[in-house]
Amino acid sequence: MVPDGRNNRPRWRSVAVVLAPLLLFALLLASGLGEDPRELPSELEGDPAPAFSLPRFDAEGTVDLEDLRGQVVVVNFWASWCVPCREEHAALAAAWGRYRERGVVLVGVLFEDTVEGALAFRNELGGDWPLVTDPGARAAIAFGVYGIPETFVIAPDGTISAKQVGAIDYAWLTEEIESALRSVEQA
Amino acid sequence: MPALVGTTALALALALALYGATASIVGVRSGRPRVVESARTAAYSLFGLVVVANLAMLAALLADDFSLRYVATNSSRATPTFFKVLALWSADEGSLLLWNLVLGGYLSAVAFSFRNRRPETFPWALAVMFGVSAFYLLLVLGPTTPFETLAERAIDGRGPLPLLQNHPLMAVHPPFLYLGFIGFTVPFAFAIAALATGRVSDAWVRVTRRWTIFAWVCLTIGLLIGALWSYSVLGWGGYWAWDPVENVALLPWLTGTAFLHSVMVQERRGMLKVWNLSLIVGTFALTVLGTFLTRGSILSSVHTFAQSIVGPLYLAFLTLVLLGGFGLIAWRRDALRGEATFDTPLSRESVFLGNNILLLVLTFTVLVGTIYPLLAEAVTGEKVSVGAPFFNHNAAPVAMLLLFLMGIGPLLPWRAASASAVIRRLLVPAWAAAITGLAVGATGGGTGGVVIFGLAAFVAAAAIAEMARGVQAQRRAHGLGVGRAIAGAVSRNHRLYGGLVVHLGLIVAVVGVSWATISDRSAEVTLAQGELARVEGYELRLDGVSAREEPHRRVVVADLTVFRAGEEVVRLHPSLNLYPASSQPIGTPSIRTGTPFNGMVDLYASLVSVDEDGGASFRFFVNPGIGLLWVGGAVMALGGIVAGWPVGSRSRTAPAALEIAERREHVRA
Amino acid sequence: MSGRRGSLLLLGVAFAVVGLAALFASGESERPTTIDDRAHEIASGLRCPVCQNLSVADSPSRLAGEMLDEIETQLRAGRAPEQVRAFFVQRYGEWILLAPTRRGLNLLPWLVPVIGVLAGTAIWASLVRHRVASDGGSATSSERSRIERELRGLEEPG
Repeated sequence: MVPDGRNNRPRWRSVAVVLAPLLLFALLLASGLGEDPRELPSELEGDPAPAFSLPRFDAEGTVDLEDLRGQVVVVNFWASWCVPCREEHAALAAAWGRYRERGVVLVGVLFEDTVEGALAFRNELGGDWPLVTDPGARAAIAFGVYGIPETFVIAPDGTISAKQVGAIDYAWLTEEIESALRSVEQA
Repeated sequence: MPALVGTTALALALALALYGATASIVGVRSGRPRVVESARTAAYSLFGLVVVANLAMLAALLADDFSLRYVATNSSRATPTFFKVLALWSADEGSLLLWNLVLGGYLSAVAFSFRNRRPETFPWALAVMFGVSAFYLLLVLGPTTPFETLAERAIDGRGPLPLLQNHPLMAVHPPFLYLGFIGFTVPFAFAIAALATGRVSDAWVRVTRRWTIFAWVCLTIGLLIGALWSYSVLGWGGYWAWDPVENVALLPWLTGTAFLHSVMVQERRGMLKVWNLSLIVGTFALTVLGTFLTRGSILSSVHTFAQSIVGPLYLAFLTLVLLGGFGLIAWRRDALRGEATFDTPLSRESVFLGNNILLLVLTFTVLVGTIYPLLAEAVTGEKVSVGAPFFNHNAAPVAMLLLFLMGIGPLLPWRAASASAVIRRLLVPAWAAAITGLAVGATGGGTGGVVIFGLAAFVAAAAIAEMARGVQAQRRAHGLGVGRAIAGAVSRNHRLYGGLVVHLGLIVAVVGVSWATISDRSAEVTLAQGELARVEGYELRLDGVSAREEPHRRVVVADLTVFRAGEEVVRLHPSLNLYPASSQPIGTPSIRTGTPFNGMVDLYASLVSVDEDGGASFRFFVNPGIGLLWVGGAVMALGGIVAGWPVGSRSRTAPAALEIAERREHVRA
Repeated sequence: MSGRRGSLLLLGVAFAVVGLAALFASGESERPTTIDDRAHEIASGLRCPVCQNLSVADSPSRLAGEMLDEIETQLRAGRAPEQVRAFFVQRYGEWILLAPTRRGLNLLPWLVPVIGVLAGTAIWASLVRHRVASDGGSATSSERSRIERELRGLEEPG
């Protein structure tokens, strides 16, 4: 090798200069590990809930969110083809049973499904809270629904106090309902 | 039984991989050639064992052996045999089995290819390949094993994902992609071997050239089939969505293309050594990044497999490759000085350097765009999306600059061009560009159309002119007819003519894509049975909706007749397929492919929904030019095959007459 | 050698012209006129929430169709495209936009190609400038192999 006066810098320094950005790159990739890439952060929490007035299909009538101002409302987007919706059904039913006397309203909003399928689901699994259809998915879009089941807890003042994507469990639901009920007493 | 056979075979293969790596290095360092030979034998045996493991899984699938979790999850009794075979690679674990099969194949091919004559670095290269094999074997034995057994044998399987049993293209898309990705392991291994031993002559480039071209051709075909699959199967009317996994498959293709050009500069002038080593390390690293992003569930994509714990393992391997590869290059910097410099910017070497730089800019654009959501979330906690609008906007200008260089490159000779020679050669292509640009502009093509079709004409004219020059020289020298002159010219310089054919193929594909982008139209239409409607210049009539039961799915078909100006053009039959395990139906579009006889226009219908009264909603697309994309891609692959075609050692004594004739053509001033 | 410089200049100018034209072309968009076209343009920039990386315009899913209807309804009611986009961003977050807004850190991916081409041109220019060999004397091994390579090159065509 021809001796070259230019290269006085020790080799390990040039190696380090090359490797440092690569290490940073690897760390960046590592930051993505363990996160669910499909999960979105909650956007609407704290915002006023979008108004809707939707027709029931389990009985006559409509459910209008404006009329329910002053009560805690739990809005659950679901469909009969959705497996986690089956899993959370018992929790919803239990919470409904416990809190309906205190004026808490549970509403199931059907998402991308047929009424026949939905009624079959209800006949199979039970429940008697109001079920509504969502023509044109306008309520779903207004609530930013992207993957059912999605459950929103709306406080008596009309703001969304909690949101969960994916099957809820009884503990979470009761805690959020309690917290929303308390906000009335504090106001 | 298959689980036992498969797992044992893979475990033995892993042991052989570790043995082979060790034996190669020990053998070469202690000067014991027989130990190195034993490593070669280990390579063959490793391949054989991986074949056995694949056959074991195949047997389990065909025999409906639902004691294996993989079979129960990805196959079912009702699945047709063809798709049972495809189930071997249609999910994470099984496709990893295929990956190991291809890797084992390359390993034994390398062992076989260098059985007699081999470079000094061969044992080290073999060791690197054994090391890579060991990693992927470890994965398929451990966390991602397909041979996991269920506690209770299932009655029936769930069947493959509906999208993966909808179309036979699934048969060839992964194999070609893997042949492409994994093929780059060979030049990578020889590069690392050269760096590790300090024998950084250009041998590693020469020795691996055909392997690199083969990998490139397979990757090109794999990407093309992916686009074809997206178009013919997914039903959204498009062929490339800039999905993260699509992007990471494109990245090694971009750097691989850059590499194929810049190694020519190294072979001729001894320059760009560090550059080429970095490119091949980068290309291989990008293939590992590809496996990481696809299987490590970092990004959401149409391809990502289920959540698994292997993310950290892939990342560790990627980090090792990056740090080891680039570290070695930095370490050996002194030995890698170029032997020459660029004489002038007006030479083929300079254009190749420019092409490399632009390809790298494209690579970084796509890479940063794909990874950016991770960075944004890490820094701000917010999720952002980087999708088609971003990539189309940013990649297109760079691609157009690349096209410009593609035109100039073949026109400039190596070393230096005289100005008048350059001008002379540029005349015809420049005129072709101007005329085409004006024609497109006059017919309302918009700025984008003028630029891209003008450039396409420029490149095509330049490539054809260069080929014509070579053929002319042959004719003058030997007095041959055109056909034999072409054969003669090509056989004397495979690389050049193969490369020019690749350029032409790319231009055809670019023309197709640009035409489609500028002129495609679509509409969503709902028709009752028997109803006729005017849509995008055609009349559509819904003749009826029917359903049929197949063993593994229920198919609802809408029969459409398409008219133009009252005359029947084609009957389309888009369908919806409902699979038992899935709640949502998967649509299969119906396509009338464009040919030169019908104006090169694809008519494309996809069924969205049917209603109870026999009516249907569907989307109707009029896509001109898409056919050119497939044709162009095929021509590119063909050009690559021509470029890499193995011939006997080049004759060193050229007939004097031919020499003089060619010299005159190329150097005329 | 001014002829060579002249043709280099010519090619350089052509290169720049192509680049600028391409930039201009990708920036220009057909001014959409009808409500349908404007809705389609907005929908092309929104991500379908239930699909993998498809835009609302491209997605065959039912929700995408309903979102498109929502966009058309809002446009007919007189809202501006930015307001329609803001409507979706408020509910789904920035994620719903298929191209990141050019603000703050989000500028980074947009700058990569621009900086890349500029920096790349500078790197290319500095690398291809002819450097005259400085030392005389007998040929070193690298020069020897270079000579051999040149001799080989003379034997080969093209």
